[in-house]
Amino acid sequence: MDYHIFREFADSWAALAMLLVFVGAVVFALRPGSRRVHDDTASIPFRHDDKPACSGGGCKDGCCKDDGATL
Amino acid sequence: MWDYIKLIALGLVAVLAAIAANYARDLPYMVNAIEIMLAAAIAFIWVLRTMGGPKPSESEYFDGVIRAGVIATVFWGIVGFLVAVIIAFQLAFPALNFEWAQGYLNFGKLRPLHTSAVIFAFGGNALIATSFYVVQRTSAARLFGGTAFGWFVFWGWQLIIVTAASGYILGATQSQEYAEMEWHVDWLITIVWVTYLITFLGTIFKRKEPHIYVANWFYLSFIVTIAMLHVVNNLAIPVSIFGSKSVQVFSGVQNAMTQWWYGHNAVGFFLTAGFLGMMYYFVPKQAERPVYSYKLSIVHFWALIFLYIWAGPHHLHYTALPDWASTLGMVMSVILWMPSWGGMINGLMTLSGAWDKLRTDPVIRMMVVSVGFYGMSTFEGPMMSIKAVNSLSHYTDWTIGHVHSGALGWNGMITFGALYFLVPKLWSRERLYSTKLVSWHFWLATIGIVLYAASMWVTGIMEGLMWREVDSQGFLVNAFADTVAAKHPMYVVRGLGGVMYLTGACIMAYNLWATVAKQPRAAAASVAAVPAE
Repeated sequence: MDYHIFREFADSWAALAMLLVFVGAVVFALRPGSRRVHDDTASIPFRHDDKPACSGGGCKDGCCKDDGATL
Repeated sequence: MWDYIKLIALGLVAVLAAIAANYARDLPYMVNAIEIMLAAAIAFIWVLRTMGGPKPSESEYFDGVIRAGVIATVFWGIVGFLVAVIIAFQLAFPALNFEWAQGYLNFGKLRPLHTSAVIFAFGGNALIATSFYVVQRTSAARLFGGTAFGWFVFWGWQLIIVTAASGYILGATQSQEYAEMEWHVDWLITIVWVTYLITFLGTIFKRKEPHIYVANWFYLSFIVTIAMLHVVNNLAIPVSIFGSKSVQVFSGVQNAMTQWWYGHNAVGFFLTAGFLGMMYYFVPKQAERPVYSYKLSIVHFWALIFLYIWAGPHHLHYTALPDWASTLGMVMSVILWMPSWGGMINGLMTLSGAWDKLRTDPVIRMMVVSVGFYGMSTFEGPMMSIKAVNSLSHYTDWTIGHVHSGALGWNGMITFGALYFLVPKLWSRERLYSTKLVSWHFWLATIGIVLYAASMWVTGIMEGLMWREVDSQGFLVNAFADTVAAKHPMYVVRGLGGVMYLTGACIMAYNLWATVAKQPRAAAASVAAVPAE
């Protein structure tokens, strides 16, 4: 295992794998039906501005009142 | 239990640092060891006095460390800009390299102090503070690791700044640009940075939102990549564990390539990806509308990540670097233009339908100008990476002008925008003390940047042309000193631009202080909602 073997691998299979991962990521982002998910994700900054969401444990610490989860 | 472990660890660090200071072989190492000893001792006392206190509630965000980060950002910003103005005038008027301060406060010593102060102290604190704010809000979860991790990252980072700065002044440097810190400070950085990564990732792991908001992707790539770059570029063997001097593992052209792989990706991931995280949160928040295209933000992210890492060799055109490597760097830099502008368009178009805010809200104006400068410098950068252009621009002031239109315009302005957004929120004030002062800051900073960039274009191209000018016999026409003399007026203009930028930052500091000190607290309902910690 010397530099040249690494080098051969790097500019053949590794480069191809990276290209495919990138193309895959773009295709996945543009897939049909992603708009609903993306609209929801894009609105994350407008919820939970003041306190974290509840941890499923009911109304402890009064955290469930008006946590803005349904904006 | 944890408190006892913390006490033992801090006590050990203090004692070991004291021993190291005693055996120190050089002054910077001794001073750094004393600084670490004092920091560990103070932390020891603080842990001792607060042990057994009430556990912080998971139903509140951990904002104390963010407030501290905001204060540190403003403080180090002003320190960094002040040193900048001093060294700018040292270049214009060499007499300011005072004889009595020779070897300590001359340009060569202060220059790395300036770059590290603005990038790592101002930029680093801004990134840490905003990332803690953004990751909590967009994960709807409290910061991971109780209060200990957050405070360790914050105070550890301040300790790194102080040890690095005092080391530079006393002569500890490994002479690699933007990585001047010697091996012992590098270890400190590694420990703090890994804790930062754990804190950030831990918060993402316990998020209550099903998806990870795009800003967190950018912040995470910044944290992970900086960790990798830092470790590889700082592979060095200390001459003695009681001395600051170390020897690089790489040498020659390998070291140069590694250094600029580090250097350019520090720009790409510290000053671009991290600050894009800021853009993707604070621009939508200030504009009160979601990002223009979430799909574009995903493509922007992956394209930027895949391309940036290749661009480093453009710093080494026409050197001992193999031609293929430098051509590869050039091509990748030019391709990088596209995702950069995709991100710029995404940031700017977030305001579509809300352009009227530009007239009334100077904070959003600041953010828009910042994204505009991002677009300008990500066009200028690829252009300068082209070998033909680089043969004129390299080693001239054009490079310095390019760096500063990015740093002052993009990094500075988006940070100021984020600070103006954060301070009323974090201290639960209804609004800023004065939007008029924000306008003053905006115009002073913008005109300052224009003076800086324009004067550096002029001197850069001028000296590039002067260096390559030959007479009919093929002899060089100008001596180096001729170019230095010709640049003097532009150096004064550059210094004045810096003074305006510094003045703007001082106005901001006053405005933010007055927001907390002179503004009434926000109405009761929102006080109850914003925990004062």
